[in-house]
Amino acid sequence: MAQPPPQRSPRRREDARFLAGRARFLADAEVPPGCLHAHLVRSPHAHARIRDIAAGAARAAPGVAAVLTGADLAADGLAPLPCAVALPEAARLVVPPRHALARDRVRHVGEPVAVVLADSPAAARDAAERVAVAYEPLPAVVDARAALAPGAPPLHEEAPGNLAFAFEKGDRAATEAAIAAAAHVVALEVANQRVHAAPLEPRGALACFDAASGRFRLLLSGQGLHAIRAQLAAVFGLPEERFHLVAPDVGGGFGLKNPLFPEYVLALWAARRLGRPVRWLAEPSEEFAAAVHARDAHAAVRLALDAEGRFLALEVAFTAGMGAYLSAGGPGSTTNAAAAAFGGVYAIPTGVLRARGAFTNTAPIEAYRGAGKPEINYAIERAVEEAARRLGMDPLALRRRNMIGAAAGAGGFPHRTALGTTVDGGRFAANLEAAERRADRAGFAARRADSARRGRLRGLGLACFLETARGAPNEWAAVRFAPDGGVELAVGTQSNGQGHETSFAQVAADRLGLPVEAFRLVQADTDAVRYGNGHGGARSLHLGGAALVEAIGAVLAKARVLAAHLLQADPAELAFAAGRFVVPGSGREVALRALARAAADPAGLPDGLAPGLAAEAMHRSDRVTFPNGCHAAEVEVDPETGVVTLLRYLAVDDYGRLVNPLLVRGQVQGGLAQGIGQALCEAIAYEAESGQLLTGSPLDYALPRAADLPPFEVVLDEGAPTAANPLGVKGCGQAGAIAAPPTVMAAVLDALAPLGVTRLDMPATPERVWRAIRAARGG
Amino acid sequence: MYEFAYHKPSSVADAVKLLSADPEARPIAGGHTLLPALKHRLARPTALVDLSGIAELRGIRREGDKVVIGALARHAEVANSDAVKGAIPALARLAGTIGDVQVRNRGTLGGSVANNDPAADYPAAVLGLGATVVTDRRRIAADDFFTGMFSTALEPGELLVAIEFPIPEKAGYAKMKNPASRYVMTGAFVSRGPQGVRVAINGAGPCVFRQREMEAALAANWSPDAVANIRQSPDGLNSDIHGSAEYRAHLVTVMAKRAVADAG
Ligand SMILES: Cc1cc2nc3c(=O)[nH]c(=O)nc-3n(C[C@H](O)[C@H](O)[C@H](O)COP(=O)(O)OP(=O)(O)OC[C@H]3O[C@@H](n4cnc5c(N)ncnc54)[C@H](O)[C@@H]3O)c2cc1C
Repeated sequence: MAQPPPQRSPRRREDARFLAGRARFLADAEVPPGCLHAHLVRSPHAHARIRDIAAGAARAAPGVAAVLTGADLAADGLAPLPCAVALPEAARLVVPPRHALARDRVRHVGEPVAVVLADSPAAARDAAERVAVAYEPLPAVVDARAALAPGAPPLHEEAPGNLAFAFEKGDRAATEAAIAAAAHVVALEVANQRVHAAPLEPRGALACFDAASGRFRLLLSGQGLHAIRAQLAAVFGLPEERFHLVAPDVGGGFGLKNPLFPEYVLALWAARRLGRPVRWLAEPSEEFAAAVHARDAHAAVRLALDAEGRFLALEVAFTAGMGAYLSAGGPGSTTNAAAAAFGGVYAIPTGVLRARGAFTNTAPIEAYRGAGKPEINYAIERAVEEAARRLGMDPLALRRRNMIGAAAGAGGFPHRTALGTTVDGGRFAANLEAAERRADRAGFAARRADSARRGRLRGLGLACFLETARGAPNEWAAVRFAPDGGVELAVGTQSNGQGHETSFAQVAADRLGLPVEAFRLVQADTDAVRYGNGHGGARSLHLGGAALVEAIGAVLAKARVLAAHLLQADPAELAFAAGRFVVPGSGREVALRALARAAADPAGLPDGLAPGLAAEAMHRSDRVTFPNGCHAAEVEVDPETGVVTLLRYLAVDDYGRLVNPLLVRGQVQGGLAQGIGQALCEAIAYEAESGQLLTGSPLDYALPRAADLPPFEVVLDEGAPTAANPLGVKGCGQAGAIAAPPTVMAAVLDALAPLGVTRLDMPATPERVWRAIRAARGG
Repeated sequence: MYEFAYHKPSSVADAVKLLSADPEARPIAGGHTLLPALKHRLARPTALVDLSGIAELRGIRREGDKVVIGALARHAEVANSDAVKGAIPALARLAGTIGDVQVRNRGTLGGSVANNDPAADYPAAVLGLGATVVTDRRRIAADDFFTGMFSTALEPGELLVAIEFPIPEKAGYAKMKNPASRYVMTGAFVSRGPQGVRVAINGAGPCVFRQREMEAALAANWSPDAVANIRQSPDGLNSDIHGSAEYRAHLVTVMAKRAVADAG
């Protein structure tokens, strides 16, 4: 019987559990008998020497099993947390030791100083208040540029001048020459402020040590478990095989949950030392102060143009705050990632990217949705807008003139960028054209006049983006027909909300001719999944999907041999369709599921065929996908208060071929909400002198809410599938967060343009906008 | 949270007795301010006296030229009360903008006014309408009630029982929300009626206050234009990452103007 044709956008299978409150997050996991609860004693200072830790009173407190400090950690020989990012040798990356518990010095508010282990969370917390730490405060610096200035308080002996790295890519001499000779040079400074990814579910860990096998088991709210395992192995000086990491349902990560955190090390270490399981759940306030932050990149940009507005050269120089220590993925954003997307959707003959990383007395910086691509796209798009203004050109005309693949001499695809990325294709010009039309740019003047009658300033902004999606280049997948009739799809990528239980099942259903319901996704378990690179870099379908397609091919090849044996036919003559192998014209056929049963019995197998119907594949790709789009935002500004209201948001995007358009829309919407948050309200603030965190909770850290966001119009153009993977897909997970900041800021600046405002930094908060208006009016 | 004892009296007298006997005991109403403080270990009361079983603290009624609202009235009840909507629609509207649905279904008038958070909504209405705070032992005029940041004229152990709001001819409210907390960054409650013309400003300063210059201007000419050019001094106003004192001072004028427009 033939399957009904698969639905293009089936609803997310996982939502039955998520929406009905039946998901199992870390905090839902059963607490094992004898479990200890960890509470961290954290630094209240941004920078201080630790003179003494008096833990006697805490150790004597009721229910306390242990209070451990940096000295104990040193005595047990645990190594510092590694930083996984590889920068080119010339960047001279400095990785100062980051111990899971501070040794002699603390370098940011919230840095772990001691850990209390007790019979209950309350007992641990009570005892933590009795740990008396004597600090000698030191001067602090929280701003990256200030940290690199002469005389700034030094954080690490290993890093003179607080310099973490100095990265350069491109042709500096050619760029300088082009800038010197250009008819126009637009120079500006823009910043991607420090933000917090703020996943709904805080981090947490449940750690066990099995003395008999010498193996650790860590249940954690993490993403990218294999990488965390490798980092753990380095810290403990043990083989990776000793660590079994599992993530249950994860309530969002966005990059924040990528790295190894000190708390995981502490939980495992304490579990081994004390011979009892250890549970740690972060409190929301710990997430703001002591998880990781993101962005924090200031850019000095120069764009050279000829007399006709053709781009000649681009120079971007980032100064990026790294926080007090390097988190595993921190240094990659303004360097490797930004270099990959350098130039955005424009053909720019030459250019140079420079980035300096600075240690500051702040929480470490980590990758966050887009990681480097928001920073570089923002720099470019703001420069393009500024160039249009200075040259008196229409910003869209300027974009058209310079777009990769545009007629006007800029060349087509594949396009090799100034920094050596080969862009295979994209709907750049078509996206722009569609966005302009759908945003009704022609009717904007009337809408602006209408707003003006109500005392409001209206603005329309468009911006393009180029994402370079892949993340780590290797991925693994397996297809296993289980004897119970189900089919396991094991992949090394990880869903923490994206909907992989649906999309991967769709990919498999399509190729194996079985219903979506037949498949179980196995992920985020380092024992069950041999290899993996998790999520990060909008890579899951591109790489995990490709690995899965290969594994499916391998399993079908095996099934074909078995089918031929059972049907007494030549393997080559068999046709496979709708889940069955058929001998054409004979009426003889066998279904995959029957083959799975037959394969389980070695007796009935042809010679040389191993029992079981399963296959796995390790996929490696040096190809990146290039999601791209053009977005439009329309805003209204209340000039009396500076409040910006986002009236409309339109995305016209090319993610290649879509496996499930509904899921893609969901991904775009989530990214947009975060990007709009960055544009309009979010900013981590530290007090400059003291280094105290001023945004320690959502009461002070402004997150966007549903009511602040208009319905998003997401138009998906499938006209340019990529050949970089067998599915033709491009990563859609990060794009919204990349595109929204320049789009919204273009709209806000457009609204303020009639007043003469030309400069405004993110976030465009009411007071900032009000001040910009007042300054422009000369008040 | 630290440990505490829990009491649930059924009368005001019993509650007051419990509170008077233990200076470290605290009443709890909706708990939407007190519970987070307990969870964050910012407060350490020895005992909580749960007011929710006290019928005397409930109810919203019109009494002649006043609306009397019990301390335990939840924000949502005030927002939806026909008595309030009919007599003082601006007060019902104000209640309907406090926090979110969950907050409005738990938080109470008494809890909010007793707490006197500078960024709370109700204090502006109480002062801006010239209301009277009724406690277990006395009546306190709004002008004497709000004494400073998170402080009021309530004595230790004194319970807020109800608030009497005189019915104005006109009243209006406008506020600008803090972008993060969505509490009030700066708000203005204006009224004209038996208590004269009143302009109460919340959010901007450490404590709700009356803007006398605007009151005088509105007494002469009840229109948004009358306050449009009156500048509030930023001296002594709150300043934080979301709004400097200067910005808040500017907003005082804007919100007062809009509140008058809201009053009609
Ligand atoms: C997410 C969130 C958003 C919020 N947003 C807003 C907002 O936008 N605007 C706003 O105004 N408020 C806001 N609030 C505060 C909310 O309105 C509170 O509920 C209110 O301030 C306190 O009322 P309660 O009944 O919860 O008091 P509780 O928390 O129970 O008590 C508060 C204080 O008052 C004391 N108290 C309570 N009742 C009495 C009484 N009858 N007599 C004497 N003392 C008493 C308590 O001992 C305590 O000290 C918000 C709260 C939350 C959690």
